Order: sequence, then structure tokens, then C-alpha cells
Amino acid sequence: MSSQAQELETLATSDYKFGWVTDIEQESAPPGLNEDIIRFISEKKNEPDWLLEWRLKAYRHWLTMTDPLKRKKSEQWAMVTYPDIDYQSIVYYSAPKKAGDGPESLDEVDPELLATYEKLGIPLEEQKMLTGVAVDAVFDSVSVATTFKESLAEVGVIFCSFSEAVQDHPDLVRQYLGSVVPHTDNYFAALNSAVFSDGSFCYIPKGVRCPMELSTYFRINAANTGQFERTLVIAEEGAYVSYLEGCTAPMRDENQLHAAVVELVALDNAQIKYSTVQNWYPGDIDGKGGIYNFVTKRGACRGTNSKISWTQVETGSAITWKYPSCILQGDNSVGEFYSVAVTSLKQQADTGTKMIHIGKNTRSTIISKGISALLGQNTYRGAVQVLKGAHNARNFTQCDSMLIGDQCGAHTFPYIDVRNTSAHVEHEATTSKIGEDQIFYCNQRGISTEDAVSMIVNGFCKEVLAELPMEFAVEAQKLLGISLEGSVG
Amino acid sequence: MLEIRNLHAGVEGAEILHGIDLTVNTGEIHAIMGPNGSGKSTLAQVLAGHEAYSVTAGEVIYEGQDLLDMDPDERAVQGVFLAFQYPVEIPGVNSAYFLRTALNAIRTAKDREEVDAIDFLALIRDKLKLVEMDEKFLKRPVNEGFSGGEKKRHEILQMAVLEPRLAILDETDSGLDIDALRIVANGVNTLHSADKATIVVTHYQRLLNNIVPDVVHVMLDGRIVQSGDKTLAMELEEKGYDWIKEEHATHSV
Repeated sequence: MSSQAQELETLATSDYKFGWVTDIEQESAPPGLNEDIIRFISEKKNEPDWLLEWRLKAYRHWLTMTDPLKRKKSEQWAMVTYPDIDYQSIVYYSAPKKAGDGPESLDEVDPELLATYEKLGIPLEEQKMLTGVAVDAVFDSVSVATTFKESLAEVGVIFCSFSEAVQDHPDLVRQYLGSVVPHTDNYFAALNSAVFSDGSFCYIPKGVRCPMELSTYFRINAANTGQFERTLVIAEEGAYVSYLEGCTAPMRDENQLHAAVVELVALDNAQIKYSTVQNWYPGDIDGKGGIYNFVTKRGACRGTNSKISWTQVETGSAITWKYPSCILQGDNSVGEFYSVAVTSLKQQADTGTKMIHIGKNTRSTIISKGISALLGQNTYRGAVQVLKGAHNARNFTQCDSMLIGDQCGAHTFPYIDVRNTSAHVEHEATTSKIGEDQIFYCNQRGISTEDAVSMIVNGFCKEVLAELPMEFAVEAQKLLGISLEGSVG
Repeated sequence: MLEIRNLHAGVEGAEILHGIDLTVNTGEIHAIMGPNGSGKSTLAQVLAGHEAYSVTAGEVIYEGQDLLDMDPDERAVQGVFLAFQYPVEIPGVNSAYFLRTALNAIRTAKDREEVDAIDFLALIRDKLKLVEMDEKFLKRPVNEGFSGGEKKRHEILQMAVLEPRLAILDETDSGLDIDALRIVANGVNTLHSADKATIVVTHYQRLLNNIVPDVVHVMLDGRIVQSGDKTLAMELEEKGYDWIKEEHATHSV
């Protein structure tokens, strides 16, 4: 018992590495949500009328919906608990002053912002960056910089902030926005559709293999602000792109809402690889503070032989609620979901995927690794649907849970709905406990407890980490170690 | 090298070791024998620092230092090695990575340079020969799917890589066939030298045909009740543990 108390104490005092605040003058909308606020956001971004109308339609629809938590328990999809969110106390738009009109050239970006990203390990000056990775940096509600835009444009790849795409490529945005996640999809997607501020836009033209990794780095800075970004990735016939996002936020006692929507579209023979390393502030051991990460991510494999692969490493957030999914519409299309979710402290995660098999010979793979420590609650929730016309569909699912300590929880809810007798669906699940004996064994070989936990956890997550682009796999490995620091006495 | 004085230890309030006295000098091989439940393995675990066991009295001096005051990883750094009776599986972590991490943890703690992957491969190839293991082994997750004999050979491989000063072998012979027994014994003999010490914990005498001890101790009910040379082990093999139990019972009255 005393060692448990010590553990908690170490944790309570151990710092979230990214918990600082950038002191910068911000321009914010007043808190609250109504049509005027939506008009304000739309006007700030100089949007065309059709987009304002689209937002308003989403808002009006949102008003008719019920907060998922207020539904009857039996009608709730996710297993998470949180106090009522007061949507009228949230600030829906906040931007560093002067940068409100969208990204400018790097020379004009506030040095304070450049310093912020440098401190986060994401230098925005191109010469300092990892070669082969282009970054869109989103700070609260706006994109502050996008790197390597010119060199990407040379091969026809469009990589810019969402706001910029609305100005420069309105037809593409109009064609695809909401085509994978309609504004009516769910409560948080509807809210996002009404108030989304910025995010990234990627378009890979026919036959182009994007020459570098594209990435977006999301940072929440302002207090009482929600971040509602929107990301759209389109891969035309035969195109390939690997995209990565990272996220951090300051430590604050209040919860902050992050309700994003990500839509991916892959046409014939196109491939999209989408990786996430999520490290929002998780709150403290008493459950105070932290980000509510309520995100809708979905990819449409519209073309034959198309492939969408999701990889996520989720270590942060007070609550994570997300199910990156694939609609396997094209014949022979492939969907993959590789996930590591860590819940320590008092974190809750309810995450998984939906694989919807529509086309013939569609295949999906789901590998989920959940790690729970201290008071963390970790749920895998996934649906595999094989529709009538999906002849010869294949799915393989593996869900492994690891428990550290005896006060955390792991839960697995696989839903399988098969309407075609030629389908082949496999599900495997295991639960293991990181044992004192495993740690002692490592200790006896001279390896410290901290390094032992990190090694054991990384071994457990190996298949998922192997899917990340290499530079990020190394980061993710370190992050797993840090997230679980102090969880074993 | 090692001096144990009046060591009392147990688990969850139940005392298992009721006052152990044992001196092991540099260069010696000691065998600790005894029937099941006599406390042999507990002694091995306490020396390695398993936190499930608490020491209630006594002291253990290793190389002039208070061993009981050190964390398990520190003991390893100081050269104490335990070959486990039941080596633990670590899924997803391959043996080469595990071994190199261990070696480098110990080297770093001693302010020595880390060994990179290439030098490590050269180093381990030599050691693999000693335990007659194939290089393919290094790619397999630690102890996962290993046969009993492979697990024990893997323990000796680790010992060969980490080069401890005091090696404690906890029932390393259990579950081994004749060939594996020979390989393990050969490994232990090769690794032992005049500046090291080895403690062999075993139930049976057969391992001691291959590893010849300088001193044999018999444990019974948490105490060392008799010590002698290797002939004591043979006597035990011949007569079993009953006679010593009886003798001990008479003595203690």
C-alpha cells in the first residue's frame, strides 16, 4: 500500500513535458455558440457563401441532436464518463493576433510561435527540419505555417491549411468536404462541421507518389478554447501518401474539448497511410484537467485496389473517443487499423475502428494494443460489417490488453455483423498483466525498472510501432516509456 | 566474497529462512541442496533482491558492501547474477535486444562505453558456441516458446555475456535432459574462475557430477543443517534426505 501511495505521489509531481503556455496576444471570439459565432468564424476566414450555409446547416442539425452522454445508457456507444460539457462556455475561435488571415510566409510568422514549435521539437525552418517531412503547424484555431509547400507543388501535390484550400481550391473542397463524414454523422462531427476552424488539406494527383511525409502538428494554447480542426486527404488514382499528425496542449485545470473530423478518400489503386501520435495533456491523477479528444476519422476506399491504413499511438487526453474507420467500397480494397492506446492516471480511452466491407474481395486487418496503468480505463470497441454484396471479404482482428497494477481496467467490445456467407472473419483477444516477475527478471540483469517497463511495453506494441514511419516510431517508443513513468513502484 | 549472517526472511509475514549463516570465498563453488520446501530457492531470490521477500533479521555482506541495501538492478551491476529456475517470457522483445540492453545498462553504470549492435554480434557469437545455441535464437522473443532446455541454456548465455562475479544457479538442472545438462554444466565450469564464485542450488546430486563443488550445504526447514565436501552430496544421493531429517530432528530436541 505504501508503495502504491509513493507511486501516485511521484506521478502527481511528475511533469507533462509539453504543459507550458506560449505567452502571445490572441484574438478570440467571445465564448458561446450561436449562428453569429459561426458567421464570425466564416467571415474571419473569408469563406464563400456555400460554406457558411453548410456550417449553418450542420449547426441547425446539431441543435436537434442529443449529447451522447445524455442518452440512455443502453443507447450509448462509448463507455466513458465525464461531467456535462457547457457548450456555451467554450471559445470557438482563437488565433494569434495578425495571423488571423491564414498562414503567411515563414518570415512573417511571430518569432514566439516559431520558438513554440522549436520547443516542441518541430522546428519550422525548412533547413532545420527532418528531411523528407513537410509540416503544417496548427495553433489553436489557425494554421501558422506550412513548410515545403513549393517543392510539393512542383510534383502537383497540394499541401496547405484548410482555410487556404477553401480560398485556392474551392472546387476540390466543395466536392469532398463531408463526403465521408456527413455533418449528420454524430454529435461531435456535427459540432465540428458548424465551427471547424483550421486543419490540413492534402491532394495527391493521379499517379503521384508523394515524395515526402506530410504532417500536421496541432497545438492547443489558449484557455477555455476548443479545437475543431478539419483534415481532408484525397489520393487520386494510383497516388500514394503517408501523413502524420502530432498533438500537445498546456496543462490546465479545466478540461478542453478537441472535436476534429478527418476524411480520407482513396480512388483506384491509391494508398493513404495515416499515422497519429496523440499526446494531448492527460489531466492529473485526480482526473482534473486534460483534453476531451472526441474525434471522427474515416476513410473511404472508393476505388478498386485502394488501401487505407490507420496507425495510432494514443498516450494523452483525459478521454479519448475515436474510431478511425474504413469504408471498403472498391473491389479488392484494403483497410488496416493499428492502434496502441495507453491510459494511465485517471485517463479513459474508448477507441477502435469500424471496417465496413461493401466491395468484393475486400480485406481488413485490425491490431489493437491497449495498456492500462494506475486508474486508467481502456476500451477497445470495434465493428466489422460485411454487407451482402461483399463476396469473399476477409477480416482479421487481434486485440491485446496489458494491465499494470490492480486498479486499472481493460475492456474489449468487438461487434461483428456478417451478411455474406463467403466472408471469413477472425477475432483473437488476449489480456496479460505486466508482472513483477518480468520486471524483476530485467532488474536482475541490470536493467532499471523504468527501462524494463518501457522495454516490455514496447515489445507488447511492436507490431503497431513497426507501422509508423521510422523517425516517428522512435519518438513513439520514448513517449510510451514516459507516459508510464512511475506507474510501477 | 559473500558472507551471510543469521539471515531471517519470509514472504507475507511467514518466515521461511530461520537464520542462515554462509561464507563463500572467491574461487569457490558451493552447492546448496535440500528437499522441496526447504528454502533453497527463497535464499536465491533474497540474494537477488526479489521484493516479494522481506528480510526480518541478519545481514549479507558482498564484497564488503551491504547487499541487502541495494536494489536488484544495482546488485546485478555489482556482479550478482541469478540463473532463474523459471525464466520469464518477455513477448515482442528479442533476445539480442534484451541482452544488449542488459549489458549496456551494466556497462553504463560502471562508466564504461556502450557496445553497439555490430560489436555485440561479434561478442555474442562466441558466447553462443559455449551453450551450443544457434544464432537464430537471438531473434526470438525472450523465453517465448522456448523449451525447458532452451530456457536454461539461455540463462547460461546471459551469464556468459554479463560476466558476473557471483553466479547463483537456482535449480538450473531441473527439467533438463542429459545433453542439455552437459551443456549447462560445461558452460558453468567454463565461466567459473579463480576470481569468481558460484552457488549451485539443486535438489539432485546429478548436476554435481559435472560441476564439482568445493563445499556442499544441506538445507532443511529454512536452516543449513549440515555442510561438508562433495562426498556429502553423494551420501544424499544414496540415502535420500530422510536420514538427515531424522538426525536433525534428534539434534534439535
